[in-house]
Amino acid sequence: MNAAGIFTQLFAVATSVMLAPLFSGWVAQCRAWLSNRTAPPIWLPYSRLRKLFHKDAVIARDATPLFRAVPYLLFGVMVAAAAIIPSLSTDLPFAAVADTIALVGLFALARVFIALAGMDIGTAFGSMGSRREMLVGFLAEPALLMVLFTSSLISGSTLLPTIAAALQSSALAIHASLAFAGVAFVMVLLAENARIPVDNPTTHLELTMIHEAMVLEYSARHLALVEWASSLKLFNYACIGFALFLPWGMAGRADGVLWLLPALPPLLLKLAVAGFAIALIETLSAKLRIFRAPEFLATAFLLAVLGLLVHLMLEH
Amino acid sequence: MELIALLAIPLLGAALLALVGHRAAAPHLNLAASAATFLAACVLTAEVIAHGPLQVLSGAFFIDPFNVFLVALTAFIGMTTAWFSRPYMRIEQEHGRLNAARLRLYHSMYQLFMFTMLLALTTNNMGILWVAMEAATLTTVLLVSLYRTKASLEAAWKYFILCGVGIALALFGTVLLYFAAERVLGAEGMHALLWTQLDGVKGQLEPGIIGIAFVFLLVGYGTKVGLAPLHSWLPDAHAEGPTPVSAVLSGLLLNVALYAVMRCKVLVEGSVHAAWPGQMLMGFGLLSALVGAFLLWRQKDAKRMFAYSSIEHMGIVTFAFGMGGPVANFAALLHMTGHALTKSAIFFTTGHASQKAGTQRMDAIQGLREQSPALGWGLMLGALAIVGMPPFGVFASEFLILTTAMQQQPWATPILLLALGVAFGAIFLRVQGMVFGSSTLRRLPHQPNMAPVFVHLALVLLLGLWIPAFLVSWWHLAAGMLGG
Amino acid sequence: MTTAPSIVSAAAALPLATQLIHLFAALLLLLSFAMLAQRRVVNLVNLFAAQGATLVACAVVVAYSSHQSDLYQSAALTFVLKVLVLPYVLHKLIGRLQAEWDTETLVNIPTMQIIGILLVIFAFVLAQPISQFAGAATRSTLGIAIAVVFLAFLMMIVRRKAIAQVVGFLAMENGLLFAAISATHGMPMVVELGIGLDVLVGVFILGIFFFQIREQFDSLDLQHMETLKED
Repeated sequence: MNAAGIFTQLFAVATSVMLAPLFSGWVAQCRAWLSNRTAPPIWLPYSRLRKLFHKDAVIARDATPLFRAVPYLLFGVMVAAAAIIPSLSTDLPFAAVADTIALVGLFALARVFIALAGMDIGTAFGSMGSRREMLVGFLAEPALLMVLFTSSLISGSTLLPTIAAALQSSALAIHASLAFAGVAFVMVLLAENARIPVDNPTTHLELTMIHEAMVLEYSARHLALVEWASSLKLFNYACIGFALFLPWGMAGRADGVLWLLPALPPLLLKLAVAGFAIALIETLSAKLRIFRAPEFLATAFLLAVLGLLVHLMLEH
Repeated sequence: MELIALLAIPLLGAALLALVGHRAAAPHLNLAASAATFLAACVLTAEVIAHGPLQVLSGAFFIDPFNVFLVALTAFIGMTTAWFSRPYMRIEQEHGRLNAARLRLYHSMYQLFMFTMLLALTTNNMGILWVAMEAATLTTVLLVSLYRTKASLEAAWKYFILCGVGIALALFGTVLLYFAAERVLGAEGMHALLWTQLDGVKGQLEPGIIGIAFVFLLVGYGTKVGLAPLHSWLPDAHAEGPTPVSAVLSGLLLNVALYAVMRCKVLVEGSVHAAWPGQMLMGFGLLSALVGAFLLWRQKDAKRMFAYSSIEHMGIVTFAFGMGGPVANFAALLHMTGHALTKSAIFFTTGHASQKAGTQRMDAIQGLREQSPALGWGLMLGALAIVGMPPFGVFASEFLILTTAMQQQPWATPILLLALGVAFGAIFLRVQGMVFGSSTLRRLPHQPNMAPVFVHLALVLLLGLWIPAFLVSWWHLAAGMLGG
Repeated sequence: MTTAPSIVSAAAALPLATQLIHLFAALLLLLSFAMLAQRRVVNLVNLFAAQGATLVACAVVVAYSSHQSDLYQSAALTFVLKVLVLPYVLHKLIGRLQAEWDTETLVNIPTMQIIGILLVIFAFVLAQPISQFAGAATRSTLGIAIAVVFLAFLMMIVRRKAIAQVVGFLAMENGLLFAAISATHGMPMVVELGIGLDVLVGVFILGIFFFQIREQFDSLDLQHMETLKED
């Protein structure tokens, strides 16, 4: 672990944390364009975060210390996840301590705590949201694991930077299995990040909301951290997607620190395209009833398993 | 030349009857075409007996003692059934169950069915064999649904779906067979699917592939033989179709499907050098015999009951073929013949009897002897023959099968005896009531056409008393070919 | 933890044709699953046509890479039959039967898909001993062909609508054709013609059947067809 490595690591994490709200803002802007609305400024998430940080927090009388701790924990978990997901460079010294399975575990940890916080106050909405979140999560997790396994089998490693580096260095080949895994991954991404067709990030309609129902009781700096963590989660998922399916343009292990700068434009380009794609899917699809969500995620799981099987059958 | 005539006559007949099949002369035309086919089959048989196996059209068709025997049997039963159906279908039309258009369809499809059967028997190409079997399914689906009643549509649909799936498995087996053969014979032309070519190199075929192929082929064609547990289409199709169709289904189609299985068995045994293909046949055969025999007891419909009896008998034949060896194969061939002749005769009488009663329910068909002695005695004799009473031919073959089983597979003997005994009891009990019970029937204005019935029964009797020497030597040839 | 293990290059080392065949094979499997979960009868027919088109594309690639001119004819036959004629006939039938908006209540799609996955695994296991003898380019696709057959089987078992059962039947035939292509580069032409003719005639007969079934039962739902029992 040399100085250059540590610098790369810190720079990558900082980039993720800073760019995450921008990415959420970009998705919101694209959605507005696609549905013929006047787009909000792309910087809106930042100003919203600043505004929330300056407010005084209101906390329910029955809240336990857990309720206060969860936003910090969430944010911390997402930052830790950002540290092991290659965004700018595949040379991440910190990544050696946690592979993709641990990454899924990190996301699960965040989910458990936000669900606990949702139930903490004891309101009906919070409990309902937690319940639904756990349902979605418990179905999405195996699918995500299957996607990660497929790419691990192809590259022979469960470390995300190594997978990305391996896929990056291989010659251009048509991996039918990766195509399946890619579709499954997009479905998991939508479900896990409270997107249409599973959830709607902008809704406050009590019958349909999942994520928003859990965080209704938060205000001020706590809400800011929760929202920031959510956008960081989306950003992290996007970066996992890039690492698995579009690994080009990242700096490698042998490249110096200066290579981080040329790696930035490809990342921004990929983010722009991915954000637009997410917005497009959200605009084109209708929200599913919550009872249909298992079907949606079962399909994702099916695709991921098929990807795995196809890999074992065809590419071995 | 005879072979071309054999195939061309029913094909032309089908085309011709598709145009004029509703005219008054159509039944005669149908009979004439079937008779001409039988004539061609006879000439062909004589030639094969005289000169041994022959290949026609650069190996596309292949006749040996095994299939020429079935060709003769098929053409003969085809002819007698056409003979029987002449008055029978007229009465059906008078009863308003059929109109002219359906009759045309019936006649045309009947000839087409004969064509597919003969094609399946004579072709040397395992792929064409499959195509012919599938075409036979299609023609019989149309025949089974001829009355367009709810029950007949249901029967036909079930028949199509189940046999369609079965035959699809057989196609997969054929693909695997071709795959194995291609590695030995090369992909040039279509040699790799010719049975004679395959037979020549069967020792070199990859046993692993051939083994899997055989399982698929057995299950696939076995569905059409009516082997349990894939038999459920068979009683429906037999009971809901017109009687001549029930007769040819039992008398021909089941035999031809079993023929296909046997052709495959010869190949697989030459390749894997193991006993399991024969054991599989024995297992399926015994299961079918048992299932058929026990389900006989629960039947209320006459044609349905005899359909289950067909399952039982095909099971016995399959078992005998599974045992293998010259004696068992000989017995199996004899039993195939005896069953085909007897069962079609029984269907002829049951058809007339149910025409008389206006229903196929056995409790409504009582006391046939009183109203129509010929019909009553025909049914009685047929039933005696089919349950294996001496001196009929079925007794001789069952006796041979049982004694061989005692020597070679003693464990199977009690099962066989149980199946035979149960079937005997069931059929005898029901038929007794139908023939000797107090009559409830009205006198039929038409005289039933009993001549084909008695011709068939006389032949079966002949087979039991004295088998002509040329038949014996011919069957020995065929039995020897089937290995063991 | 070294970068770029050699496993990665295994797939890349395969020639482009093989990769394309793999891609089409995977697509066939995906379409089979899509058919399993599709509720609308009209979409089912479209999926069937797409499956046919994938099959044709695959056959063309195999023909090109193995220099087998027979396979081009077979591909052309498949194209005419599976992509043009049969979907057209089925659409016509659905139009005549006014069944465009027919949907089917499918019970528990997730369970069915899990069963489907198990079938795929079974098919792969079954294909293993066979495929080791196959040619290099198509070696591994045999398992997928068997899987397509099994999935079509499953579809025929769980569907209650007559048209859906027929589409399942045809999809099974697609799988068998794919098996023939991947194992032996297609069957002899005579046989393929015969199979094609049988399938075509079969669909016509079933088409006539649809009308008769609807006339007799007032519905194309096969649940009404349960009077003939084994007793």
